[in-house]
Amino acid sequence: MTVEFLEAKALSRDFAPRLSVGDRIAALFGGAVETRALRAVDDVSFTIARGETLGLVGESGCGKSTLGRMIAGILPPTRGTVMLEGAPVMARGRKVTTRIQTVFQDPYASLDPRMLIGKTIAEGPLAHRMIAKADATAFAARWLETVGLDGDHAARYPHQFSGGQRQRVAIARALAMAPEMLVCDEPVASLDVSIQAQIINLFLRLRGELDLTMLFISHDLGVVRHLSDRVAVMYLGRVVELGPSAQLYQAPRHPYTHALISAVPKLKSGRSRFAAIAGEVPSPLDPPSGCVFHPRCPLSVARCRVERPPPRVLGDRIVACHRAEEMPDVLRPAASA
Amino acid sequence: MNQATRNHVLAVDGLATHFFTKAGIARAVDGVSLHLDRGEVLGLVGESGSGKSVMGFSLLGLVDPPGRIVGGSIRLQGRELRGLEPEALRRIRGRSIAMIFQDPMAALNPVLTIETQMRLAIAAHERVSARAARARAIEVLGRVGIPDAARRVSAYPHQFSGGMRQRVAIATVLLHRPAVIVADEPTTALDVSIQGQILAELRALVDELGTALIWISHDLAVVSAISDRIAVMYAGRIVEEGPTGRVLTAPLHPYTRGLLDSLPGEAEPGRELRQIPGATPPLLRLPEGCAFRPRCPRATDLCAIAPARTPHGERAFRCHHPLVQAAEAG
Repeated sequence: MTVEFLEAKALSRDFAPRLSVGDRIAALFGGAVETRALRAVDDVSFTIARGETLGLVGESGCGKSTLGRMIAGILPPTRGTVMLEGAPVMARGRKVTTRIQTVFQDPYASLDPRMLIGKTIAEGPLAHRMIAKADATAFAARWLETVGLDGDHAARYPHQFSGGQRQRVAIARALAMAPEMLVCDEPVASLDVSIQAQIINLFLRLRGELDLTMLFISHDLGVVRHLSDRVAVMYLGRVVELGPSAQLYQAPRHPYTHALISAVPKLKSGRSRFAAIAGEVPSPLDPPSGCVFHPRCPLSVARCRVERPPPRVLGDRIVACHRAEEMPDVLRPAASA
Repeated sequence: MNQATRNHVLAVDGLATHFFTKAGIARAVDGVSLHLDRGEVLGLVGESGSGKSVMGFSLLGLVDPPGRIVGGSIRLQGRELRGLEPEALRRIRGRSIAMIFQDPMAALNPVLTIETQMRLAIAAHERVSARAARARAIEVLGRVGIPDAARRVSAYPHQFSGGMRQRVAIATVLLHRPAVIVADEPTTALDVSIQGQILAELRALVDELGTALIWISHDLAVVSAISDRIAVMYAGRIVEEGPTGRVLTAPLHPYTRGLLDSLPGEAEPGRELRQIPGATPPLLRLPEGCAFRPRCPRATDLCAIAPARTPHGERAFRCHHPLVQAAEAG
């Protein structure tokens, strides 16, 4: 039996509202107090092979960041486990590995504004005795150069950098821990187009040089396609489709994937074509019965309203849809409209 | 001025908005000319710090100190807006020219119902009865795709989702059927599925009502989805403008080319993108001559002199070394 590099096993995460004493008393007497738990991630399983990049896409509130934080070992799942080469990444609610590191969207929020950049980069490796104190300065300078900054910048503070440079610092700090895997949560979302391209290129280069495994989370389908070997699509806490990047974009098997790809305007000559999805994402506090996408789905039938479609293997895909066999042909005319 | 003589609903000529800060003068908008016809959508594209938002605020006379419009003219339906008294400008703003912001809560009052806000918005320019105001509110809400508008008009902003709030903000702008709408990143904070809906609805509204629309965005793909023409801004100037399809398929300015090459959507997955080196220069320390010069692969000594706006058929550019031959061949 082979051991997967990374395995997410039946992960779920609930967020229960924290009720004050007053709220509890009000609820007891039938007051309108929200006592339901919100299921942000609902029974998600997948694997990532060593050296592979898995892209994770979905709209806001779909649970992609919550899933990412569980994979990174910084948020305990309510149910299920995350295993890295057969060993759990968390034990008793704490992260127990340095082999996975995280890069977040907003580097300003994740860098201590009062700490010199060099110190920020060396802090983790020093705490884990990966380097000696005497080597810290040279160590930080080397990492800054690796991510395309000047080694002298170690003596600066975060506010002295531009947004793109700060993201480079955040990447350097994550890589300084010598991880085998990076969880990147919207790392280019707040950057300008020209700077975004520079950071994407940096990820491509470092991934090759350091043989990194990546979970790359983004709402931007174009960015995810560019960087990922396989892509998982999330909707209301569930992975509705997972498959090889090129095939998934070309011939989606889930109506939501199809709708999401069609809704993105594409650069074409003249006014570009796109097709809007009807309706809005329902509240995760009160998800629809059966298939959670059925109220917005052009293919939904009676069965979709009552029976939750389990994820199943279909060719190169894992897809959670009762009518996946008919996709994408059944929706082709709609796509070109 | 020759543009204003034609029958444009909006004609901007040589507009300059500068910010007089302690550290120096920031030329956020520096000699921008553009024009719009009835029912036309102009996409104004640029990265942060390009001056595109200041451009939008300038058109509505909403520039606060230390910023000031220092030059040029803004003619709306033939009438010069520059130099108008604040009271005269207030009568035009909202009625003839209106703005949609990225954050709809910038335009909505959280403690008033939609009906009350819309009644106040109408009363700012017209005298109407409460009943007539309500009917008009319901009518515009229905137009922007809010279901059950007759009931929802009594709701508060927090009772709407982000996408619905932006629709309410758009509906409020439509109350007076302005000749020109300036929309500053109106879908940037929204999910793609909602963005797609709003793009389609606004385009249909513009076509139906004949409103002219300036769509300000950093996202070329979004702009291409709605615009008839595109203007690309860099460091306070429009460096290239023209019909959407032509600009995107055969850009004339190296910066436009660089922006297009930076987008991962069109490139072969996994390959390095052809990136623009460096970063946008700070407005207080702009390079002499062409501001794009330090990042430009085609720059020469000539670029130390600022390039003038050069018309090119129905297009125009500011560059000493435009990609003209490549464009013609393409």
